[in-house]
Amino acid sequence: MQPIISINNLNKKYLGGFEALKNISLEINKGEIFALLGPNGAGKTTLISIISGISIASSGEVKVNNYDVIKDSLKTKSIIGLVPQEVSIEQFETVLGTVNFSRGLFGKKNNPAYVKGILKQLSLWEKRNSRIIELSGGMKRRVLIAKALSHEPLVLFLDEPTAGVDVELRKDMWNIIKNLKKKGVTIILTTHYIEEAENIADRIGVINDGKILLIEEKEFLMKKMGKKILNIFVNKPLDIIPNSLTKYALKLSADGKTLTYTYDINKDRTGITMLLNDLSNEQIQLKDIQTKQSSLEDIFVNIVKE
Amino acid sequence: MNFYAIKAIYLFEMSRTFRTITQSLLAPVISTILYFVVFGSAIGSKIQTIEGISYGVFIVPGLVMLSVLMQSITNASFAIYFPKFIGTINELLSAPVSTLDIIIGYIGAAATKSFSIGILILLTAHLFVPLNIIHPFYMISFLLLTCFTFCLFGFIIGLWAKNFEQLNLVPMLIITPLVFLGGSFYSISMLPLFWQKLSMFNPVVYLISGFRWTFFNVSDFSFTISLIATISFATLCLIIIFYMFKTSYKIRT
Ligand SMILES: Nc1ncnc2c1ncn2[C@@H]1O[C@H](COP(=O)(O)OP(=O)(O)OP(=O)(O)O)[C@@H](O)[C@H]1O
Ligand SMILES: [Mg+2]
Repeated sequence: MQPIISINNLNKKYLGGFEALKNISLEINKGEIFALLGPNGAGKTTLISIISGISIASSGEVKVNNYDVIKDSLKTKSIIGLVPQEVSIEQFETVLGTVNFSRGLFGKKNNPAYVKGILKQLSLWEKRNSRIIELSGGMKRRVLIAKALSHEPLVLFLDEPTAGVDVELRKDMWNIIKNLKKKGVTIILTTHYIEEAENIADRIGVINDGKILLIEEKEFLMKKMGKKILNIFVNKPLDIIPNSLTKYALKLSADGKTLTYTYDINKDRTGITMLLNDLSNEQIQLKDIQTKQSSLEDIFVNIVKE
Repeated sequence: MNFYAIKAIYLFEMSRTFRTITQSLLAPVISTILYFVVFGSAIGSKIQTIEGISYGVFIVPGLVMLSVLMQSITNASFAIYFPKFIGTINELLSAPVSTLDIIIGYIGAAATKSFSIGILILLTAHLFVPLNIIHPFYMISFLLLTCFTFCLFGFIIGLWAKNFEQLNLVPMLIITPLVFLGGSFYSISMLPLFWQKLSMFNPVVYLISGFRWTFFNVSDFSFTISLIATISFATLCLIIIFYMFKTSYKIRT
């Protein structure tokens, strides 16, 4: 796979001397959705700012589409769209005005039909003549997305695009992101919602304290590190877990109707057959069973703790 | 050159101006009227003429320059300080625009505004005194040049300023005295010799003298000197701006 962004030994020391990025090397593939996870202050925004030309690296090299972000900045910037973490838009400008402004700024001729399409997709079309100051927080965030998409970028950075956005809209946004991917757009997003990364990312990078801790395919990551959960729903609520089942370390739900068994998918013997046998020996009638992959959240917390 | 970006910046800045058009235009008109009442009528009735020109007419070029300098500096400095202040400068920094694109867009818009105000003040002045401009082409050209030059200067201040105090500091502390001591309301030749010599170090003197020449064909210095001085200052400002962007001085983190 051909990388569209390649970062080599990148360091960033802020003016006060704080080292926000330490020797980062990373490649982003063309057309993938890459999720950058990490706690507050990890360096996610700093990394994005350097790639998009807002900040300047202290050392190291960043290339976008094979062009250096410093030497050929006009070339790299023209294909990058950025949805910043902070909502900063001129308050008295209208939605349509500010979106058209972005398109122009990135050197693109007016295209009312295209811009209308974006605004419709983001449910902003009705608000096109409203001033930014008249919008809700979630709407402002969508305006930022519209601005970034207005100039048809090939690489899109989303710095916490769904912070402060309701569940409904978050799903809409995931769809927009997936559609962009279908069109070949490379997407890098940072998020604190692991559910988000789990839902849409192809690959996941974990950053903490300015260092990349891990870069992995999402599927692989979840398989490699994931424990599975087996939920057993019983017909008659149980008061206690029978003695013969203690070795399985089951958990009983408060209403007594669900038993939860945790097992490791990578082991030869998961113990499921034995458990089911023992359950039937205890004359426990099963209503339903369900297995679940443990979430990235668990994985993530473990990595950052280590 | 990114023409669409220049256009976007220019139109954005102009629409910002139009949002506050009444304040933008009313303030300079009112202050011109006040100057006429105070200087033209009250003092002018005592002075009669300077170099054969009635005092009320004599102060017109200086009045125009006074407002145009102030407006150019304030508009241009605010135009770039404001995005820095609210964070929208990040969009500009992440866009494929060169320093020249940025300068043309912002300075073009700020200069358009201060030029319009200059013309408006001339028209207002015309209500009070008859104006007969001897070199109208030079008058317009020199006015434009002054607008661009001081917008560039204002732009530097806007890039440099860390807070609103600093933004106001330079116009208040430096420009106002220079303009008032720059011969807006008198001819340099009316001063004692020592002050005449000192005035030579005040760049505004050349501006006002040059501008006055386009009106009356009389001046303290030759028009060429005024022109060279102004163009040199503009070039210096341009170099400084390019340098500031190149080194990301107070612009990028
Ligand atoms: N302009 C700056 N000057 C000095 N230090 C900075 C600056 N910007 C960020 N930092 C520091 O760099 C570190 C990384 O910040 P960054 O904004 O990249 O974190 P982040 O991963 O985006 O965090 P969050 O999840 O809270 O957005 C932080 O410790 C922050 O305090
Ligand atoms: Mg951040």
